[in-house]
Amino acid sequence: MLEYDIAVIGGGPAGMAAAAAAYDSGVKNICIIDREEKTGGILKQCIHSGFGLHKLGKELTGPEYAEVYTEKINKRGIKVYSETMVTDVSPDKTVTARSTGGILKIKAKAVILAMGCRERSRGALNTAGTRPAGIYSAGTAQKLMNCDGFSVGKRAVILGSGDIGLIMARRMSLEGAKVEAVCEIMPYSGGLTRNIVQCLEDFGIPLFLSTTVAEIHGSERLEGVTVAKVDENRNIIDSTRRFIPCDTLLLSVGLIPENELTENAGVLMDRITGGALVDENRQTQREGIFACGNVLHVHDLVDYVSDEAEIAGRAAAEYVKGKLESGGTVKVRAGNGVRYVLPQRINRNSSEKVYLFLRVSKPFGKVRYTVSSGGRVLSVAVRPKAVPGEMEKLPLEIKNLGSDDDEITVSLEETE
Amino acid sequence: MIYDVAVAGGGVIGAMTARELMRYRLKVCILEKENDVACGASKANSGIIHAGFDPEPGTLKAKLNVSGVPLLYKAVEELNVPYRNNGSVVAAFGAQEECTLTELYERGIKNGVKNMKIIDGNEARNIEPALSPEITKALLVPGAGIICPYALTIAAAGNAMDNGAELLRNFEICGIKKEEVFTVTASDGRTIQARYIVNCAGGYADRLAEMAGDMGFEIIPRAGEYMLLDKKEGKTVSHTIFQVPTANGKGVLVTPTADGNLLLGPTASQVKTPESTETTDAGLKTVASLARKSVPEINTRAVITSFTGVRASEKGGDFIIRRSEKVPGLVHAAAIDSPGLSSCAAIAVYVTELLRESGLETPENPDFDGTREDTHAFAKMSDEQKDKFIKRNPAYGRVICRCEGISEGEIVDALRRNPPALDIDGVKRRTRSGMGRCQGGFCTPYVMKLIAEENGTDETKVTKKGGKSYMLTGRL
Repeated sequence: MLEYDIAVIGGGPAGMAAAAAAYDSGVKNICIIDREEKTGGILKQCIHSGFGLHKLGKELTGPEYAEVYTEKINKRGIKVYSETMVTDVSPDKTVTARSTGGILKIKAKAVILAMGCRERSRGALNTAGTRPAGIYSAGTAQKLMNCDGFSVGKRAVILGSGDIGLIMARRMSLEGAKVEAVCEIMPYSGGLTRNIVQCLEDFGIPLFLSTTVAEIHGSERLEGVTVAKVDENRNIIDSTRRFIPCDTLLLSVGLIPENELTENAGVLMDRITGGALVDENRQTQREGIFACGNVLHVHDLVDYVSDEAEIAGRAAAEYVKGKLESGGTVKVRAGNGVRYVLPQRINRNSSEKVYLFLRVSKPFGKVRYTVSSGGRVLSVAVRPKAVPGEMEKLPLEIKNLGSDDDEITVSLEETE
Repeated sequence: MIYDVAVAGGGVIGAMTARELMRYRLKVCILEKENDVACGASKANSGIIHAGFDPEPGTLKAKLNVSGVPLLYKAVEELNVPYRNNGSVVAAFGAQEECTLTELYERGIKNGVKNMKIIDGNEARNIEPALSPEITKALLVPGAGIICPYALTIAAAGNAMDNGAELLRNFEICGIKKEEVFTVTASDGRTIQARYIVNCAGGYADRLAEMAGDMGFEIIPRAGEYMLLDKKEGKTVSHTIFQVPTANGKGVLVTPTADGNLLLGPTASQVKTPESTETTDAGLKTVASLARKSVPEINTRAVITSFTGVRASEKGGDFIIRRSEKVPGLVHAAAIDSPGLSSCAAIAVYVTELLRESGLETPENPDFDGTREDTHAFAKMSDEQKDKFIKRNPAYGRVICRCEGISEGEIVDALRRNPPALDIDGVKRRTRSGMGRCQGGFCTPYVMKLIAEENGTDETKVTKKGGKSYMLTGRL
């Protein structure tokens, strides 16, 4: 049995930033356990630019952003177990993992969960039709193209306008494939505005909203898809069915935090985010188990992943030092127009300013966010617009909380 | 070379028959039109070992189902195929269905099914708390079980091959000529000769019979759609839950699978061809709503895949297992729909008997070994055993499929062990890599690489399921 003060599960952007931050807070005996050969996680296949604008003040590609953090952990001499797959995290923080060296058992004082997310598959959509080759989740296609150098198809339809789908529409176009359409079942795109402009509009790729793939055709390789409009209840409108010939269907239909280990560790989950319920330190209800990054909730920018991971890393270090106090907590609730708010609870004795991260339930124009408790307004923030694809961040001064406040609500009103 | 017996069709019946024939000193081949065994109904069915209360007494189905179950349990032990004797519950809603339940019970008694019991709704809910409050009575059948049908087919074919049988893949039979012996021609021009042919061609059995000059029956392809749910839902029920068959259909079942998922289905609709394996919106909606009738709280949002199996039925309703009257040396094992899987071990013995009656000599093969190594042995080890095993075989430490925890070592085994997997779906059915909740999102690129390496080829030549089902369209 190996012993570490902190074991970080996952060597992507969240795991690396958390480990570095914990180290800088004075806890040196840290390890990262990563299933891949090289740290960096999914960033390694994101060869486009746009990373680091908020966090590092410069525009980097995915691999470059990963390199910044790989250097940080290397410089600090943080141990990385690579090609090592964690198979279990027990409630008492014993980590079991598998590698070519055998079965690894690690006893840790604190565990930081940073396993990231996976893509929703065709099977989960229950799309009717046949099961030919040529259907990929967008991220799998991205890896095959960018890391392995393969062409996944010549004529594609993309279902889902999440960021990976948009990025892959551009990527396939650049490689000479014809992208016939991007279909989005919702009446609005789930991707960042800048990606819609740079990846679709600049390449003349049509985006069809309220449209889905109704049927998949082809016995060996994909031969085409039937697309159709959907009504407000997302039911297919039969009269709008039309066939698009294609050899490839990419799916960008949602990311699912990979929390099988989390649940086995007995951590309580949030049904909306698909991640753990945490406080402002990103600590779960199991003391000493923290979570950050896409395993906690799906982010749109890696910059925010790094920020969140640093919070978790610093807090895990304080926990190991016995300095992480937790008093009574105040619940945080999503109110009108808000899909979720994270953290889901805040320690009353938290001295600092806390940021609340949230996603809205549908697109809005100009909005006013109100953070309130028992009818008393704690803070107000105004934003020019709000869309579900872009995470919002609101500051909250803990000192504004009253001693009898036990629930904070974040809600919004559209003002224009 | 002239084979003693050519088994036409590498489904569960063909594979079990070939294995049975290897008990004797015989030259046997399996002719399979696809790139792998278990590509038809054998990969897409309910995976149920029926106890035998359903078939009409006196039919082949009744006889072979009831006598087949103990033989099947023995075979799956020898072949190390995942199965579980979980028992089944037939749920009745209201007085009219209770009458049918009594009929089923009586039919079961006539067929020789043991230990059945009719219980009331509350007793049923004590055993299975997730059952609907609307259920008034239920038939409890302890002898029923669940099994992975494609794992059985692969294991039986592999065991037959280990004992000397040959598997000819992509051998789509297009002509059968009988002179002194049979000459069988494939669509790609290959031919083989055999003294006897067993027709296990599933949905194509009528066409095969016709090619041989015996137009005796017509196969009716019937599609059944299924939904498979995440392993998190696998404990929703522990028994297989059937509905009482009514004038509106046989209902759908809700069952755990031998691998721990939850399976819902099937529908039943006549389709044009055995290739009609597409799923439909209407079919999947029917599956979900009928499953909810038995188990209201089913979480259908946890679906990880859906699929259609096409059953080979015949209007008479019974199996067609007989010597061809017109073509000596041809034995049919056709129209094997439910309870075909439950009966497969008995069918194999019966077919061998019919071959003997046709003149096949069957000297004992003293070298026959009916056992097969457990392909999931590694997964069943304790951490300490795994640690030791990985230290000797490091490839077992490299996890390729995250969802199911499948290592490179297990995948390479599947590419080497009889019958070797040649494509992505073949690896999936043998190892479960790609069969978990991400459905191959992470592992597919790695599995492609291993298939290419093992076959000395390039990833761009790797297919999903043979033919032109290429995964990639070239290099960048």
